[in-house]
Amino acid sequence: MNIIKKFKAPIIIGFIYLVLAFWLPDTAGKSISVAIDYAKEMVFIIPPVFILMGLLEVWIPKDKIQQWLGSSSGLKGILISFFMGTLPTGPLYVAFPLTASLLKKGASITNMVIFLGSWAALKIPQLLVEIKFLGGLFTLLRFVLTFTVIVIIGIFMEVLLKKKTT
Amino acid sequence: MVTIITIYSILAICLVLSFWKSKQKTLKAFKIATKGFLKTAPSLLTILGIIGLLLGILTPETISRLIGVEAGYLATAMAAILGAITLIPSLVAFPLAGSLLHSGATIMTISAFITTLVMVGVVTAPMEIKSLGKEFTLLRNGLSFLGALVIAVIMGVILQ
Repeated sequence: MNIIKKFKAPIIIGFIYLVLAFWLPDTAGKSISVAIDYAKEMVFIIPPVFILMGLLEVWIPKDKIQQWLGSSSGLKGILISFFMGTLPTGPLYVAFPLTASLLKKGASITNMVIFLGSWAALKIPQLLVEIKFLGGLFTLLRFVLTFTVIVIIGIFMEVLLKKKTT
Repeated sequence: MVTIITIYSILAICLVLSFWKSKQKTLKAFKIATKGFLKTAPSLLTILGIIGLLLGILTPETISRLIGVEAGYLATAMAAILGAITLIPSLVAFPLAGSLLHSGATIMTISAFITTLVMVGVVTAPMEIKSLGKEFTLLRNGLSFLGALVIAVIMGVILQ
């Protein structure tokens, strides 16, 4: 029973696929091949990310995370978060559990929003593709504006969420 | 490929160091990893299913039809919404955006598509909620959507 409850959403989606297979077999076929493509990617990327998360929990002490990424880490915290985010480390959904453990260890909301934002929008391999297809000026302008906006959102969210908890 | 090489190199270095320093702690890390994985497995499957459905229906051709034909602010709004709800790998998204630009879409529309695509994740929201909470997720994605629109407008004006 418990397992069924846990997998309720995937089961519903499986059912949608089934309906689609009868109704629009072409679309269903395309959907399934896309899902398989992404599954392949997940199989390679998910295990190392979770192991790294485990290592982080075991080895990095709380006060170190607080010092590097905490509320008083200032510009250093912002730069570390930004740099960690831009590394070529895979799709955004693997960053969420990682962010959760960093938050638990004392990282600030501002820094974690910057981390997630850079991870999603300012990844180095992605920028290279962007320059190729949309040009250097477009990429540079988007990079600068996005970074600015992400930092503002981060600071704003920390203020909003902190007010609520205290 | 770069991604996989990077991530496994980082992992290898960390694991060697960890084993060398303490076998016990390393095993504990594996236990935490397994537990975390089992906890997120259902939402991973959900995301996988939604991505498949979305990309099966909203193919690059469909997207370019939706954004490409109309000019003006309606196209920009459409691009922003499509960007927010889809999750397209950059290797597909940027060539698509480039070809739309050549076929006459405005810079503002293309920027809106790219910025919301990378900054807002409706598809990944279930997993973000599971890890970071509803409030955090809604705020981050909502503010990012607004921010993405602002960026698109600024880029449209500057690069016109």
